[in-house]
Amino acid sequence: MASIELKNITKIFRDAKRKRDLLAIDDVSLTVERNQFLCLLGSSGCGKSTLLNMIAGFEKPTGGSVTVGGKPVDGPGADRGMVFQQANLMPWLPVWENVAFHLRLKGWRKADRRAAAQEYIDMVGLQGFENHYPAELSGGMSQRVGIARALLLNPQVILMDEPFAALDAQTKMDMQEELVAIWQKQRCTIVFVTHSVDEALVLGTQVAVLTSRPGRVRELIDLDLPRPRDITGQQFNDHKRHILNLIREEGMQQRREAKADPVPAGRQGAAA
Amino acid sequence: MTALWKSWERAVVPLFILVAWEIVSRSGLLPAALLPPPTVVLHAWGDWVFGFDETAQGNSGRWLADALSSAVRVAAGYGIAAVSGILLGIAIGWWRWVERTVEPTIQMLRPVPPVSWIPLAIIWFGIANKPAIFLVFLGAFFPVLMNTIHGVKTADRNLIRAASMMGATEQQLLRHVVFPAALPSIFAGLRIGIGAAWMLTVTAEMVAVKSGLGYVLWDSYYFLRYDLVLASMASIGLLGYATDGLIKLLMSAALHWQHGSTLQSREG
Repeated sequence: MASIELKNITKIFRDAKRKRDLLAIDDVSLTVERNQFLCLLGSSGCGKSTLLNMIAGFEKPTGGSVTVGGKPVDGPGADRGMVFQQANLMPWLPVWENVAFHLRLKGWRKADRRAAAQEYIDMVGLQGFENHYPAELSGGMSQRVGIARALLLNPQVILMDEPFAALDAQTKMDMQEELVAIWQKQRCTIVFVTHSVDEALVLGTQVAVLTSRPGRVRELIDLDLPRPRDITGQQFNDHKRHILNLIREEGMQQRREAKADPVPAGRQGAAA
Repeated sequence: MTALWKSWERAVVPLFILVAWEIVSRSGLLPAALLPPPTVVLHAWGDWVFGFDETAQGNSGRWLADALSSAVRVAAGYGIAAVSGILLGIAIGWWRWVERTVEPTIQMLRPVPPVSWIPLAIIWFGIANKPAIFLVFLGAFFPVLMNTIHGVKTADRNLIRAASMMGATEQQLLRHVVFPAALPSIFAGLRIGIGAAWMLTVTAEMVAVKSGLGYVLWDSYYFLRYDLVLASMASIGLLGYATDGLIKLLMSAALHWQHGSTLQSREG
């Protein structure tokens, strides 16, 4: 059974400054099967974050439908865990309380929350930092807390919005490896937004290459590369070359259109 | 050495003022009755507190009772103002319809000086604790309210998104995200409010109440006892300083998560 289904999604933003409507997403249909790891790959402004926010329930499509586990999405909920670009931790709560925030909402007792949080703190490798406050954590550690918090929801799907974009290269590689390990262990469905071709190829079982203005799915690529992925291997590079060519073609086409139409295609209302 | 200096640091300015004041009032520049030197004030104050030689006449030994009756008024008015200011502030900051319906009225009442309510307070509540408590409430309410509204409105939207992702209801968002996020601002309002509370207790006691530090201050003025006037002023200052210290203590306990991440948290 399909875990996530996007059917003919369109999104129109009102550009208040230029007083005209902007077609941000144009007829996107995507199906993500259970236990898949889908990477939405695209440049900024292509609507990839908007798509993710629609699955999360933070935004509504102008047209089309979003269903998760067969149920239409009508708002945010704990069946879909989200990891944000900034970790968005409650600065007044220590690490373990942030991880167990969902249980706090459900009215669990402190000792039970503490015990439940530990499993996920261990899973993301934050042993020893349980009582630290977010202000005392590095960027990578904050994102680990964000991931542990999403995992504790035990959700059908995990949505990730460029969670590693602000991390240094070394930390990013470690986190990617760990994320894959967690995904393999937890058997959940992940939708991961990124602008990095390498990241998409290291992580995904599928990569959806999106085009900009309006956002469309240019190509959905199935990756059957063995794990751990060899980023210098032949197959990896073939995929990378192919995707880069798609992106380059897209850029050339846009420049041609920009010449034909001197009014610049403006930035979209929501950064993607 | 530096530790010793640090503990004396905060006494330097008050000591300097006291010494200069003593010298000026003993020099004969002003008639001694108009500006009693600190030693005379301290003597009268001492008798007011401990009642050893009747220097303070009828007030001798009554300081604790006076201070307590002022403090009770402050506590009552301030308590009501804090609770209602925080609750209404959260409502105004969170729900647009509350803001639209309530805020204009509040903003029109805010610039009216609390002191100008004294005539109405007296005819409504008579001469006793109630008009003073009402005035204290008026003085402390608006700073708490305004700062709470500000704190709610500047709460990080992303935290609210994160909490609703984890299934928070609106009531849970208010309790578990918006309130703690607004807490630093709320405490700023509480600290401004406590100052206003003391000012208005004393004002009310000068006009509408027959007890408390403000009453002693005004009464002593009628009897030309400027030493007691100054002793009352100093008492009010000290008690205000102490209550503010109490709130700061409460604040650093509630906001301990800010430890090391803000300038304020480095305060000694």
